[in-house]
Amino acid sequence: MNFREGDEQARGTAEAVARRSYGKLVAFLAARSGDVAAAEDALSEAFASALADWPLKGSPSNPEAWLLTVARRKMIDSYRGQRREITGEELQDMAEGLGAAAIAEEIPDQIPDQRLALMFVCSHPAIDASIRAPLILQVILGLDAKAIASAFLMSPAAMGKRLVRAKEKIRQAGIPFRVPEHGELPGRLDAVLDAVYAAFAEGWTDPGGTDAARRDLTEEALFLAYLVTELLPEEPEALGLLALMLHAQARRLARRRADGEYVPLAEQDASLWDSHMIAEAEALLRRASALGSLGRYQLEAALQSAHVDRCRTARANWAEVVRLYDALFEIAGSPVVAINRALAIAELHGAKAALQAMPEVATDARLAEYQPYWAARAELLARMNDYDEARRAYEIAIGLERDPAVRRFLQQRQSALQGF
Amino acid sequence: MQYLLMAYVNEGAWPKMTKAEQEQGAAAYMAYGEALKKAGVLAGSNRLQPTSTATTVRSTNGKSQVLDGPYVDSKEQLGGYFLIDVPDLDAAISWAARCPASGHGAVEVRPVWSMAA
Repeated sequence: MNFREGDEQARGTAEAVARRSYGKLVAFLAARSGDVAAAEDALSEAFASALADWPLKGSPSNPEAWLLTVARRKMIDSYRGQRREITGEELQDMAEGLGAAAIAEEIPDQIPDQRLALMFVCSHPAIDASIRAPLILQVILGLDAKAIASAFLMSPAAMGKRLVRAKEKIRQAGIPFRVPEHGELPGRLDAVLDAVYAAFAEGWTDPGGTDAARRDLTEEALFLAYLVTELLPEEPEALGLLALMLHAQARRLARRRADGEYVPLAEQDASLWDSHMIAEAEALLRRASALGSLGRYQLEAALQSAHVDRCRTARANWAEVVRLYDALFEIAGSPVVAINRALAIAELHGAKAALQAMPEVATDARLAEYQPYWAARAELLARMNDYDEARRAYEIAIGLERDPAVRRFLQQRQSALQGF
Repeated sequence: MQYLLMAYVNEGAWPKMTKAEQEQGAAAYMAYGEALKKAGVLAGSNRLQPTSTATTVRSTNGKSQVLDGPYVDSKEQLGGYFLIDVPDLDAAISWAARCPASGHGAVEVRPVWSMAA
């Protein structure tokens, strides 16, 4: 084997391990030291060593164990470095305590998967809710702050700072690396699922898939949702979330025409939907409901399922849809749910009843800047033949939308009102 | 790890309570302290006099300024603390949740600075 070939092969092996095992290796090192940032640093140094070493000596038979051994040594070195700077017996003990516990242990043949515990750390109630999804994306998947920042509409520098601060809090506040016990599991799991869904939703705001960084994010979020269901196969809400995400993902291609124009659900070409993904989502939902504990994500997935069924069979199921929204509003009431519920009511009882069911800006000021609120209002007003008000509501919706294709769609709806 | 649980309470409420209510309130704190002791996690605790007794000192350019009153003027004030030694933040939070102050005020949980950190 010549050097070039070996180089490429080594690079290939390193990349494959990085993709498959990055989070597992970070979790293993971080769980032992309590220090996520140090684990990440040591691991990235270990990957750099691998790229220098493997082309010369060949890829090791157990690349994960090789990387862990090197990373572990880097961690000891870095603790020793700190110890030299700050002397004193107490400090030495602490450094050794951290280092020794982390490092003296033999690396087992089968590296235990502590990614779930790490996800619980990242979405701990002591960590600010808005940084949990970015933190999971970075720590479990190794995404850099720049890619995450672009998806969350934040500057890379600000995102980087917030991630560093969150990791410091994990270490200094002593957030434990463990999967919560049965009693507290449901509440804590909700936070993990919410973070995974936030990662998915941020990727999803680019349905055209034109922004590579964001498109990847939906796939990464799906990977995380699969991971949670693999590690907690009996948790109905985890199954529900994965079903919900698969439903959304299955219709991705149909949401845009070939020329890039936005296509609303009712007008989508169902042959473009990914039927395997939909079937998988349905199976997950059945598994979840057999476990007998209803929750937000199962209901949202059930709604997706009802929409798909209606479009496929052309059989109106609005009564069922409204019932599902009622149940969803009961456990996870939000203006967003109320708006969607109102639109379903419009199909069942007409636009007047729907307008009455809409939430009001007077009671929730955030609605004033929420595009779907104004688009829904415009739609309902147009059905009531109140064209002036409908035009005004479309105007506001158009001004608030950031996706050009959706903006054009709204403009078409608005101009269709001309002449009335 | 050591954590300081700081009890922030509305100190204006105490003098307005009846004697029976005050006794009941004090008993709840006593019982809480006992529970911490029994669990072997208590490293220290004190109740503080109200902020009307506080004096704040600050030195600028070698000159000390002494001011009457607490550092921060707010409705809820530091009324006491419990220093506990527990394995991790979750354990500290579960003790903070049992502290009577979490019911009529708020408990701030702060890890004690570890020199290796």
